[in-house]
This record gives sequence, C-alpha cells and structure tokens, in this order.
Amino acid sequence: MNPLQTLRVAGRALMRNKLRSLLTTLGVVIGVGAVIAMVALGEGARAKVEASFASMGANLLIILPGSMTAGGARGGFGSGSTLTWDDLKAIQGELQSSVLYAAPQLRGSAQIVSEDTNWATSVTGTSPDYFLIRSWPCSEGAVFTKSDIEGSNKVVVLGATVAENLFGQGVDPVGETVRIKNIPFTVVGLLARKGQSPTGQDYDDGAFVPYTTFQTKIQGGPQKFIAGGIFISAAPGQVSRAQEQISTLLRDRHRTAENADNDFSIRNMAEMASEQQESAQTLAILLASIAAVSLLVGGIGIMNIMLVSVTERTREIGIRMAIGARPRDILLQFLVEALSLSMLGGLLGLLVGIGGAWVGTRLGWPTVIRPEVAAIAMGFSAFIGVVFGLYPARKASQLDPIDALRFE
Amino acid sequence: MPGVAVMKLEKVTRRYTMGDQTLRALDEVDFEAWPGDLLAVMGTSGSGKSTLLNVLGCLDRPTSGRYLLDGQEVSSMSRDQLARVRNRTIGFVFQSFNLLSRTSALENVELPLLYAGVPTAERQRRSAEALTQVGLRERMLHMPNQLSGGQQQRVAIARAIVGRPKVILADEPTGNLDSRTSVEVMALFQRLWREGMTVLLVTHEPDIAAYASRVITMRDGKVKSDVRQEPRVADPAELPAPEAA
Repeated sequence: MNPLQTLRVAGRALMRNKLRSLLTTLGVVIGVGAVIAMVALGEGARAKVEASFASMGANLLIILPGSMTAGGARGGFGSGSTLTWDDLKAIQGELQSSVLYAAPQLRGSAQIVSEDTNWATSVTGTSPDYFLIRSWPCSEGAVFTKSDIEGSNKVVVLGATVAENLFGQGVDPVGETVRIKNIPFTVVGLLARKGQSPTGQDYDDGAFVPYTTFQTKIQGGPQKFIAGGIFISAAPGQVSRAQEQISTLLRDRHRTAENADNDFSIRNMAEMASEQQESAQTLAILLASIAAVSLLVGGIGIMNIMLVSVTERTREIGIRMAIGARPRDILLQFLVEALSLSMLGGLLGLLVGIGGAWVGTRLGWPTVIRPEVAAIAMGFSAFIGVVFGLYPARKASQLDPIDALRFE
Repeated sequence: MPGVAVMKLEKVTRRYTMGDQTLRALDEVDFEAWPGDLLAVMGTSGSGKSTLLNVLGCLDRPTSGRYLLDGQEVSSMSRDQLARVRNRTIGFVFQSFNLLSRTSALENVELPLLYAGVPTAERQRRSAEALTQVGLRERMLHMPNQLSGGQQQRVAIARAIVGRPKVILADEPTGNLDSRTSVEVMALFQRLWREGMTVLLVTHEPDIAAYASRVITMRDGKVKSDVRQEPRVADPAELPAPEAA
C-alpha cells in the first residue's frame, strides 16, 4: 500500500469514531495549546523586561558614593561624599577606551512654578552627555550645551510629565520661563516620552539643569564632592571591563587599602537586566514543562485509545492479514492513525494556543508567538504520536492471523 | 494426473500444545491437489479439517513436513513472504463472510489489490469486474449490512477471485446460508472450477460435498478416505422459489 492509501484508510477509521477521535486528541490539544500560550506569555514578559531596561540606557553603569556613618547610623549607598569632581574628570580622561560618556547626576526636588500653576518634581543637575547615556532625545528644542555648563546658565530641560502639568498637553514649552526656588529658568528642551522604569517609576517626571547651575542655585554653592552619582555609558561590549577599570582607578585615587572595601559602588544595569530576564525565562521554562507534561498525558491517551482500537478491530486485522496485508502494512496503518490523531491535536492546539495568547494580550499581558516554538510544538506532537502509537501498532502487526480471525 | 500439484503436503504434522497436553491436529498428512480439482474436505469437528485449511492457506505453519504451494516450498517462508503468497496465490472465503463493515462491497473487493499495489484505476476496474462475475454489479456501493447473507458471501467470493489466484480455499462457505443460497454459492464455485480454478472447501454437510469432484474425509488428523466422484450440478433453477417474506 502506498502512503496516500494508508492515510486514507487511517482517516476513514478515525472518521468512524468522530467523537472518540476528537476526545482522544484533546490531551494533545491542551498540551500543545498550553505550550504555545505559556511560551508566548514567557517571551512577552521577557521582551517587556528587555525593552524597559533598554529604555534606561544601553551599557549603563552607575557609580554611587559609599555610605556615611553618622552617630552609629549607617546611611546606605549614596549617603557619603566620596566621589569628587576630579574622580569624574579622571574617568573621562583616563578611561577613554572603555568609557564612552560619563556624566554627574545631582539630585534634588523642588517645586517648579509656571505662570499659572506649579508642580513638585525631581530636579537633576547634569551635563549634556547624560542624555546620550540615557539615550533620551528631545522631542522639542534641544538639551543644554557645554557653554550653558560653563556659564552656569539658568536653562532647564523638562520631562514630558512635568511639561504637561505646567503647560497642558501638547503645548510646546520651549522658550517659556519657569521658576525653580524662585529663580527663573528658560525652558530649552522637552524630552521625548520615555515611559516607566522596570520598577514603575515615571522617567518623564523630572527636570534637568546644568550641574553648575544646580550647584550654585539649588544646592547652595559648589562643593568638592559630587552629591549624587556618576552615570557611565560603557563602550559596546566593554561593560565589565569598564567596571573593572573604574573600580581600579577609584580605589587608586581614594588610596583604598588593598584589603579594604570600596568606598563607592558600581551598579551594572546589564546584570540587573539579565537577572530579571533569567527569572522571566525560568518562569517560561517552568510553564512550558508543565505544558509538556500535559502533552505527555495526551500521548498516553492516544496510546490507550489505540490499544482499544486494536482490540476492537482484531478481526479486521485478521481479515486484512488473510488477504495479503504484511505485518508492516498493519503496523503502518495503526501508526498513521496514531500520528493523524496527534497531529490533528497539535494543529487544534496551535489554534487554541494562539487564541489563548490573543486573550492574554487583550487582558494586558504581553505575548510573543515565535514560529519556531509553534514548529517545535507540532514536531513534538508528531513525535508523541509515533512514540505512543508504536506499541499498539506493533501489537496489531504481531497478531496471529488465525487467532485474529477467530476473535469475536 | 496432469502437470504439477497445485498444493502438495508431504508428511505434514501440526501439533498444538495446550497445557501439558499435545494435540495432533494433523498427523503426517500426505495430500495433493491438482489443477481442476473441486475438493470437499469432510470430517467431524476436531478431525483436523480446519487446521488443514489453515496450513494450506498459509495462515498456519506445519510443525513438521513439507508444504509445496504451486511448486514453491512454503514451510520456511517469512511472514512477509507468506503474506505475499496469501495475496497472490490464494483466495479465501469464510463461513462468516468476514467483510469489513461500513466499507462498500467495491472497496472490500479492492482490498487484496490494494495490498498488491495495483494502481487505483485498474483496481477499481478489476473489482467491478469481479463483482459483475458474481452477479452483484448493481450493488457495488452497498455496505455489507445492506446485503443479504448470500450477497455478502458473493462479495467475499469476488474478493477471493479478484487477484486471480490459483486456489480458492473456502471454510464452510455455506454454513451461514439457507439451502437455496447455498446452491447459488455452490453454482458459483462450480463455475470458477470449470473456468480452471482449483477450489477446496471444507464442509460437514454431505449435500454440499455432493457438488465436489473429489471428497476427502478426515478423522483424528489423518486422511481417512479420498474419493473422486461425478459432481452433482448446482442449478438454482431446480429449487423452489424463495418464500415471500
């Protein structure tokens, strides 16, 4: 018998018990559906994490001063004053091979007042490089320049949330004047909307001024130490090297003893991102393996029904053998039946999985369906069909024709 | 005797072991069937006639002895080779028809050709031809449960002859039929026999054996008698018309 005829015979046998065939495939349908939906969900979560970390800036390193101890209370990272402006200059000057940009970040909060309203937000003093490090372009106007820094000019770049609250939605604030601590600042740029950080903080709720202006007008006079952190953009692929070099440089500059701890800390966003991604991936693997178990159960269901089918059709097998079916013809016939069941289940499961992912998306969980996952799920259901169909098919093919013919 | 024996058994023994008992279903049987034989094998149940048929039909293998089918040694063949022999050289007819249910008469008849790898168009043409030969041209697309017992057995005979085998083996072919349809079926066998086929049928009814040209009687696994006779001509017209139901 050629494969096409075998397929026809198998199809007809399955059509004879439509409900039973459909119910048999259900295990595989649920298994494949679950695999597709779960992996889509996991991929979606991963993509979301990836995107939110990408919005923080590529290859980002943050250097924070060490902790300060005052009266027995330890202040935590960033509370001490260990990073100097000279440290920043040294990083910019000496580590050009691994560090693309380095910018200070001085933070404070202030009430920003426009002509008829006001808004409390964080004010950051920094240099123009900061916006490159964060990959944060302006949608209107431009960020302040080096000469603004040198001149301690009273200019400000607003985040989208701040601009909206002070001037209303869709209004271009460039050229307007706002007052910070009662000092008038000219708005020179409006930052493009960036969204939320992985922890849910609104990036767009902030105002940015030259760090020199920040020191003199907001902080109350220049200091030797950087009252904040340093943001670094490492050269592509150089994140860990940059981290090492900065560490060595700062220990050297701070004359830290060889066995003493750093008096600063370096946060590596890539590490955080990959940790988060890993946990998302672990979740995806967990979900997928649960789904794989249900696929396995589906396979056992197919085997069960195939065994019943072989017993029910013992006489048919005997007749076929008597008129010239070889053992391998019988084997193939039942194997193709099992395979058709599992592939049908796989196909229906694919639809169910895509449907499930679609529902997930509508419910607000991001999903990503990758074609290779669908292909693997289909391949796996074919594999299940062959594995679990083989035993019943073999059993059928090894029947003794006389016994089979006598079977009632 | 003309030519080579179609089927030849040389000291064929078939033993079955049931628990600690050994049953000799066939006990050193020597037997030859020639082209042009219409053989009836008679015997009580347990005489070994069914085992003989199974061995001749390559469904069962002798425990010892040689079996030559159409000059070929069959005893040592593999399962695949036996399947091929059953497909090409032998046609089976069973007491309970053994048609595939929910499968049309035509498709039932096509089965042997399907396993022989005959292309679709030729398969259908030859199957229709075989059904025409047994007088079921009008009922080719009927399902077995839409046919009477006699019609079902005729479909089975069409299935047996569609591959143009050398031998037709029939196991109590009239056992489930009334006397009128029995005669019709015997008339069909006689026609095939006259056309040159070797037909061997197992029966326990002397009435049916009367239509054969040679009657073998089995007892206790041995051939008890082997008699040639002038066969009675099966003519359905001689019988009274079936009662209106």
